Amino acid sequence: MPDIRLRKMVTSVEEIRHEGGPIAEIPLLRGAVLAVIENPFAGRYEPDIQGFMDDLRPLGLEMARRLVAALGGADKIEGYGKGALIGEAGEVEHAALWHAPGGYAMRDAIGGTRAIVPSSKKVGGVGARLDVPIAHINAAYVRSHFDSMEVGVNDAPRADEMLMALVMSTGARVHSRSGGLEAWEITGEDGLR
Amino acid sequence: MDIRKLATWVEETHSEMGRTIAPPTRKAVAVAVIANPFAGKYVEDLTPLMDIGAELGALLGGKCVAALGIEPGQAQSYGKAAMVGENGELEHAAAILHPKLGAPLRKAVEKGAALVPSSKKMGSPGQVLDIPLGHKDAAYVRSHFDAVEVRLNDAPRAGEIMVAVAVTDSGRPLPRVGGLTHEDAKGEDGLR
Repeated sequence: MPDIRLRKMVTSVEEIRHEGGPIAEIPLLRGAVLAVIENPFAGRYEPDIQGFMDDLRPLGLEMARRLVAALGGADKIEGYGKGALIGEAGEVEHAALWHAPGGYAMRDAIGGTRAIVPSSKKVGGVGARLDVPIAHINAAYVRSHFDSMEVGVNDAPRADEMLMALVMSTGARVHSRSGGLEAWEITGEDGLR
Repeated sequence: MDIRKLATWVEETHSEMGRTIAPPTRKAVAVAVIANPFAGKYVEDLTPLMDIGAELGALLGGKCVAALGIEPGQAQSYGKAAMVGENGELEHAAAILHPKLGAPLRKAVEKGAALVPSSKKMGSPGQVLDIPLGHKDAAYVRSHFDAVEVRLNDAPRAGEIMVAVAVTDSGRPLPRVGGLTHEDAKGEDGLR
């Protein structure tokens, strides 16, 4: 299996103080780390692709560590999500290779989270945008933490590239008031409630 | 000043056209989304926006340098830009960017003898703002002419202004069109 050939890495953080309502005492942080890498399967149908998941693991860990650091440390992280954007010479199945390495990297960097990592994937051209869903790290039904973050890079993914994304948030939507399960009500054992 | 949102963006280029770039070239952008105090009305005296510019020069310049993890003196190029939501006017961008933003930005990157290149436009949420980049001490350094794109899906709303500062610690990844180099620049008159 080929090594990862990294062209670009991006770290992006938003600090949200309000959205027309009361100013948050602690601003919500929402961040993403993006890696633009060569797609080793571009331009052909390759039946056996699973080995690339192992190749992606070190990259995932590096991305997750960077993102945790950019958001102030593992104890600050309350939401997460992941996504992949595949250049036009690849196929959406290549994006699915990110599930295991991307998800486990975040679980490792944040420390034993319970909830499924929500994800999005698509094939797109250079400059395409991907909306990466975000949900609570320990209880998927926590309504206040459902969110998303739009990511993209103006010069990626080229046809033979793939753009891998990890996103994390430090809390609820800034003016969360739509009810449902609240973060302080969860047991956090089954990953759902 | 009413800041709704701040954002930072750091991009590293590790390879270009198959060639490894080591160390990677790096660009940082810091953005503030603020309420436009003059949205929806013509106001002659734009002094309050000029003062906002001074505050943002320090805040955003400092955030860029911090995001790169460098000492201020290691910064090599910079730029600034603003996009005004539809209920404002282009002059509001000029008031923020030109009279007072430069001095505190220069402090944040140490020296800054050269003009800070700038762009401005009217826009709406999700529109792209391209921030021009130029060498911070010698405007003619050819390897450092560049730009970096920033956009936020939810800004600027009609009554907002998006203000961006960009700082790098490097030039383009594979510069080879000649001209004055970073190493040969004197950095005294801001030009060479």
